[in-house]
Amino acid sequence: MFEYYLSLLLKAVFIENMALVFFLGMCTFIAISKKIETAIGLGVAVIVVQVITVPVNNLIFAYLLADGALAWAGMPDVDLSFLGYLSYIAVIAAIVQIMEMFLDKYVPSLYNALGVFLPLITVNCAILGASLFMVNRDYNFGESVVYGVGAGVGWALAIVTLAGIREKLKYSDVPDGLRGLGITFITVGLMSLGFMSFGGISL
Amino acid sequence: MSSQLKEVVWGPVFTNNPIGLQILGICSALAVTTQMSVALVMCVALTLVTAFSNFFISLIRNQIPSSIRIIVQMTIIASLVIVVDQILGAVAYDTSKQLTVFVGLIITNCIVMGRAEAFAMANPPVISFMDGIGNGLGYSIVLMLVATIRELIGSGSLMGVELLPLVTNGGWYVPTGLMLLPPSAFFIIGLLIWALRSWKTEQVEEADYVIGGHTALSRAA
Repeated sequence: MFEYYLSLLLKAVFIENMALVFFLGMCTFIAISKKIETAIGLGVAVIVVQVITVPVNNLIFAYLLADGALAWAGMPDVDLSFLGYLSYIAVIAAIVQIMEMFLDKYVPSLYNALGVFLPLITVNCAILGASLFMVNRDYNFGESVVYGVGAGVGWALAIVTLAGIREKLKYSDVPDGLRGLGITFITVGLMSLGFMSFGGISL
Repeated sequence: MSSQLKEVVWGPVFTNNPIGLQILGICSALAVTTQMSVALVMCVALTLVTAFSNFFISLIRNQIPSSIRIIVQMTIIASLVIVVDQILGAVAYDTSKQLTVFVGLIITNCIVMGRAEAFAMANPPVISFMDGIGNGLGYSIVLMLVATIRELIGSGSLMGVELLPLVTNGGWYVPTGLMLLPPSAFFIIGLLIWALRSWKTEQVEEADYVIGGHTALSRAA
């Protein structure tokens, strides 16, 4: 059992990396990877939100939305799965909001460190993407916790690595048109190529 | 009025492209560009969602309290995406299976949110609708370009029709498998940006550091 969860975790972090294999959360990934410190702050925030939202959405799907899920309320024929997108995004927005208020009250240092990134996370495709993949692949509650951790850690790993490369890259002499955005895309492409090599590992 | 409409529709396609210049909405886009037919469905879906979300948000823009406007926008966009997803599932079931979660990810696509926030909240419905169409087209043109390159080189076909006869079918073309893998999408976008900025040089970014000369003399100069 432990081995199964471990392989699921490693798969989510490396083989199916959110940013480099599924292109999720690209806007923030490219925009906020100029400095390692901010990249780490954002990475931590994404991990925390992923770990909470994926299992919560799993519970909502399993006990409210899925076909026949309302059997416990005496309505076995109801299928609300078409309401999925609306519920997931509402849950994500609500949890980000609650987390913001909680951190502001009890952990102000972390709140200040994360700053503007917290509200930004609501519209990060990686967060919604992880919930949708979880539903798509029929994960149970335990699997969804592990998958949330893996997806968050994978995304954080990718953005911190990219920030490290970009900090060095700014000293190099890049052709005019390629400077900034262009070279960043090519760098991400090379990183993605590197992560492809994990693809052959069978766990 | 008609010239303003024209500007609103064609502006985002060429001069102010959402992907090429504003770098919005690449999140859910690149993963669907290995086949032109799949990319086309995605483009149509996104264009419709952007146009109609702009239209509806613009209709009620004076009634939305600014403190909860993001939630209201999200709800409208998510409802439209649900409609698109249900229609796709009924009409084009195979394609909707290939798109998997990426139709749902239109909700968090920065283009839709960005246009709702930047344009629809300040303009009347009809012009907002056209702005949505224009930005959808600007997104589509880049997506289709990337999909054309990837499908032609990666599998020797366009829209599923085999143009370059493959070796496996007795032809001469050995497909470049890399083009079907995720890294190639990043390379193509990077090179497209390079091409765009070599053409429109005012978009080139400032250098953080200037490389000094190799000798004391040239450094002094």
